[in-house]
Amino acid sequence: MRIRITVNGNQEEMDVEPRELLADVLRNRLDLKGTRIGCDTSNCGACTVLIDGKAVKSCTMLAVQADGHDVMTVEGLSDGEKLHPIQEAFVQKHGMQCGYCTSGMLMTAYWLLSRNKDPDDGEIRKFFSGNLCRCTGYQDIIDSVKYASELMQPQEEKLIAKEH
Amino acid sequence: MPLQKCKYHLYLVAFVSPKEFEYHAPAELQEAFSLLKEHGDNAKILAGGQSLIPLLKSRIFSVPHLVDIGRIRGLKNVVENGSEIRIGALVTISDLEANNEIRTRFQAISDAAGLIGDPLVRNRGTIGGNISHGDPSNDMPAAMVALKARFKLSSQQGERIVDAGEFFIDTLQTDVREGEILTEIIVPEPRNRSGSAYMKLKKTAGDFCVAGVAVSVSLDQHGGLSGLNVAITAAGPRVIEVKGLEEKVTGKKLNEELSAIISTEVVNASEPAEDFYGTVEYKRKVIGLLTGDCLELAVERAKEGAKR
Repeated sequence: MRIRITVNGNQEEMDVEPRELLADVLRNRLDLKGTRIGCDTSNCGACTVLIDGKAVKSCTMLAVQADGHDVMTVEGLSDGEKLHPIQEAFVQKHGMQCGYCTSGMLMTAYWLLSRNKDPDDGEIRKFFSGNLCRCTGYQDIIDSVKYASELMQPQEEKLIAKEH
Repeated sequence: MPLQKCKYHLYLVAFVSPKEFEYHAPAELQEAFSLLKEHGDNAKILAGGQSLIPLLKSRIFSVPHLVDIGRIRGLKNVVENGSEIRIGALVTISDLEANNEIRTRFQAISDAAGLIGDPLVRNRGTIGGNISHGDPSNDMPAAMVALKARFKLSSQQGERIVDAGEFFIDTLQTDVREGEILTEIIVPEPRNRSGSAYMKLKKTAGDFCVAGVAVSVSLDQHGGLSGLNVAITAAGPRVIEVKGLEEKVTGKKLNEELSAIISTEVVNASEPAEDFYGTVEYKRKVIGLLTGDCLELAVERAKEGAKR
């Protein structure tokens, strides 16, 4: 079946089998290997991508369901060599160890920060309950998301925040 | 194998890619009805896919034709008219969770939405899917039964309305007949001084639950109970509606003693089976405790509602 999807701003048109999962199509047909497949059972969240701005598990979505929609993968975060502030924050605050879950963590962080610029610990924990990490114990990930939120605040707001 | 005969545990099976199937994505309801009529038993409806896709991937279940209703317009609205709220079958769980009307007056739905799967699953999963999948571990059915919801089933022949209490037949088996699609969920506006709540116990985030309880209460002018509905998740082959509670509690104020009496009634109505999540004895205890907590919260909310 012929599908058209926008992936990281690029129009992609291709033939897929209806049974192909979005995660597999992104990795194998579009060679976007940043999206990981961890558990393949909708538990771990390593395969998290954004569909029309919302974070979803791409191992539990058929590629044909994404036809006509906007997909953003971890490859869409950085601007060339320049890391996105969320990526920068994960580097600075050691939000990863083995790195397998990281693409999914980054995408969930992007979704969360697009909805709430300044989330508290509780909200971060709630939003990340579908993303498993077996190395960090999560604390560094939470710190990374909070640091990312700081980095993403416009300069003026930061100054105002300092004055108060 | 018919879907309802599949005794499954998703942790215990290997996941591969789904078996081949033909995919249909109708843009209109009428087109979906024709496809369902044409393929009969060989077709299955796909909405958000958060329950169905794992089943297809595990190959516990396969079907020659998938009818994806996700592109049909008009099934994503939430409309309130003062006497009821009508929720389109394709409204996502996260949209329900974020809906203020639902959070203030249909709290059990809001509670259940916030406890389904995880936030990523809730972004794809739909209310219609959570209900019509018919899994006794799904959360929305108990909230629906406790709130006396009705479901609109549409087909080429027209529409029929089924009470939530009559809809769930057996594990993965509901009253959706061949050619029908669950299109709308209709929940009556709670009376004044009413409140509801849903709670469940799960061992890890995103897991199926040990058990869940939905409660909806109404209070009279003196603060005594005037209405009480309770339903239980994961405590039998389908959601369990606890019947005959109202006559036992009418006019009485909720206190420790009454809460214990209600909890015992609820536990006795449950039919949990021993499995991965615990023994029968353990589950009965969990159901009793959840009932007590849920009652307290629902009554608290009913009192808050009376103040508004």
